[in-house]
Amino acid sequence: MKKQKSRELTLLQGSEACVRGALAAGCRFYAGYPITPATDIMELMSRELPRAGGVFIQMEDEIASLGAVIGASLAGLKSMTATSGPGFSLMQEHIGFACMAEVPCVIVDVMRGGPSTGLPTLLAQGDVMQARWGAHGDHPTIALAPSSTVEFFELTVQAFNLSERYRTPVILLADEVVAHTRESVILPQKRNIQVEDRQSPTIPPEWYVPYADPGTGVPAMPDFGSGYRYHVTGLTHDTYGYPTTRSDEVEPLMRRLFSKISRDFDLLQWFDSYDVEDARINIIAYGSVARSAQHAVREGREKGMKVGLLKLKVIWPFMRRTVMRYLSSSEKVLVPEMNMGQLSREVKRVNQSKCQVISLNKVDGTLITPGEILSKLEELY
Amino acid sequence: MKETTHLIHKYLRSSKRFPHIWCPGCGNGIILGALIRAIDRAGYSKDDIVLISGIGCSGRLPTYVDFNTLHTTHGRALTFATGIKLANPRLKVIVVMGDGDAVAIGGNHFIHAARRNVDITAIVINNQTYAMTGGQSSPTTPYRTVTASTPWGNLETPFDICELAAVAGAAFVGRSTTYHARLLEKMISNGIEKRGFAVVEVISHCVTYFGKQMRMKSPVEMMEWQRDNAIKVEDARKTEEDELRGKIVIGTIVDRETPVFDDEYMKLPGIIHKG
Repeated sequence: MKKQKSRELTLLQGSEACVRGALAAGCRFYAGYPITPATDIMELMSRELPRAGGVFIQMEDEIASLGAVIGASLAGLKSMTATSGPGFSLMQEHIGFACMAEVPCVIVDVMRGGPSTGLPTLLAQGDVMQARWGAHGDHPTIALAPSSTVEFFELTVQAFNLSERYRTPVILLADEVVAHTRESVILPQKRNIQVEDRQSPTIPPEWYVPYADPGTGVPAMPDFGSGYRYHVTGLTHDTYGYPTTRSDEVEPLMRRLFSKISRDFDLLQWFDSYDVEDARINIIAYGSVARSAQHAVREGREKGMKVGLLKLKVIWPFMRRTVMRYLSSSEKVLVPEMNMGQLSREVKRVNQSKCQVISLNKVDGTLITPGEILSKLEELY
Repeated sequence: MKETTHLIHKYLRSSKRFPHIWCPGCGNGIILGALIRAIDRAGYSKDDIVLISGIGCSGRLPTYVDFNTLHTTHGRALTFATGIKLANPRLKVIVVMGDGDAVAIGGNHFIHAARRNVDITAIVINNQTYAMTGGQSSPTTPYRTVTASTPWGNLETPFDICELAAVAGAAFVGRSTTYHARLLEKMISNGIEKRGFAVVEVISHCVTYFGKQMRMKSPVEMMEWQRDNAIKVEDARKTEEDELRGKIVIGTIVDRETPVFDDEYMKLPGIIHKG
C-alpha cells in the first residue's frame, strides 16, 4: 500500500479501505485467522501494522483472535479482527464477553454464503441477525454496514469511534462484494477524520470505581498497567467489577449496558437517502445491495416512477425513527436482501401497518442486480 | 505469621470479596499463597502484574488479589494473555487455569501458546476433575476412575500436561504439588523469571469431589498421597519407566533457550527498515 497523496484518486479495494480506515482511527493491534473472503484484511494488516508501530498476530483460530484483541484493548491498544461467517460464529462468546466487560473492539464480518461452510467465495447478507443476537444473553449491539469502498473506510473509522465511546464491541457487517470491489476513490484527508478515544479516569486510583455510572452510562477505562488495578470479568458484576448475584446489583448493570447506547439512538441514525421524499415506493437496503438499489431507483425515475432509496449505514441498533418516517410517507416499502429476509423482519416489526412491506430475497450467491430490483418495482408500482 | 499477615494486607483485596468461594480444605489457597510469595520475593510492582484466569474454581483466584486482574472465558485465558503481553510487553503476565480449562476446552490454545513462546507464565492447577460443576471426569482423570460423568469408570487415558507443554515447545516446564508448597513457590518464581512461555503444573487436591471419588477422606490424606508418590525429576531420570507409573514427577522438567515471540516481534522494525 503506497501512501496516498492528498486528494488523489486511488484505485482501492474495499478491504484496503477498511485497513486504511482502521489505521486512521488509531488501530494498533490486529489478531486474526485466515478465512475467505476476509483474508485480504489480515494480510494487509500483517504488512502495515508493524510499520505503524503496532502489533499483528495470526492466532490459532477465531476464538483466540478475538481473545487476543480483547486482551490488547484492555492493555490500551485500539484493536480489531476480521473474519467471515464460520469464524464469526466462533467469535460469538467473546463478543458477549466484550459486551459484559465493556471492552472496546472492532469485529469485521465479511459476509459470505451460509449456513456452515456454505459459499466461501460468494456473497450473502445472512449474518444480520447473528450480529444482533449471536452472543448468548441480553446485550446491546452496534453493527454498521458499508456499501462502497469509501464507506468501508468511513465506517471503519466510525466503528472504532463508537467502540471507544461506548466501551462496546462494534461489528462491521461488510459483504464479499463490498470487500472485493475495486473502485477509484478519494479518501477523506487526515485532518478531516475525527478520531475518538476512550475516556481515561481522571480521579486517583484509590477513588476509582471501575464500573460505576458516571452519568453517561460509560465508565472511564484505564489501561492495564497504568496504576488503576481493577478486576475484569465476564460474570455479572457489581460496580467494583466483582462477581455478584444480588438482584439489586445485577439489574442496574444490565440496564446500564443497554441504556448507554439506547440513550444515543438519535445520534446513530446514519443513512443516505435518494429521491425518498415524494416516492410512492421506497427501498430500504444496505451493503452492496444498496448500490444495485440506487441504480434501480435512477432507472425508475428516468421512466417516471416515483421511487426512492433509504440506504442504512447502521444496522444495529435498528434505526426505528428513520425507518418509521419513510414507512409513513410511502405506500409500499421494498427490502431487497441477500438472505431469506432478516432486516425486512425488523422493518415489518416497526411498520405498525402503516404501509405494505415487501421483501425481495436472493440466496444464490450472486448480487441482486439493478434489473431485478427494477422489475420488482415495476411489478409493485 | 508476621510475614503472612504482611502479605495478606499487601496483596489481598480489602473490598468485600471475602469469604472466598472455595471449599474448606481446597488446594487453591496454598497455590495462591505460593504465587503471592513468589511475586513478593521478586519485588515486582503490583501495577505491573496482570493475573488472568479462565473458568472453574481456579477462575476465581484473581478476584481476591490486588493486581490487574482478568477473569476470561472457559479455556481461552491464554489468548487474552497473548494480546495483553504483546500490547504492553512491560507487563508481567501470569495465567491461572484448571486442568479442564487448560487442556480440554483450551487445549489448542495451550499447545499454540507453548509453540509461539510468548513471555507468559501459565500455572495449571491440576485437580484431576471438573470441580466447579460437581466432579465430572477431566482430561487428567486417571483411567478407570469413577466420577460423576463416568459412573462405570473412566475409559480414557489421561494427559501428562508437562509432557504436552514440553513437546509443544514451552521454554520452561515444571511441576509441583500442593504438598510441596516451597517447591511450588520456586517453580512459579522460575517460571515468571523465565523469558518465554513457562508452564507450572500443580497437582492439587480437591477433597470435595476427586478425594471422595478416590475414597480419600481428608485433604491431609490426599496430600500425604502426593508426598508418598512424588519423585524428583533427577531421580525419575534414573528410574525405569514401569516404576514411574502412578508417580508424580516434580521439579524442573524443561528449561531451555528458544526464540521468544515478543523479542522476535521487537526486531521487526529493524528488518522492515533494512527493507
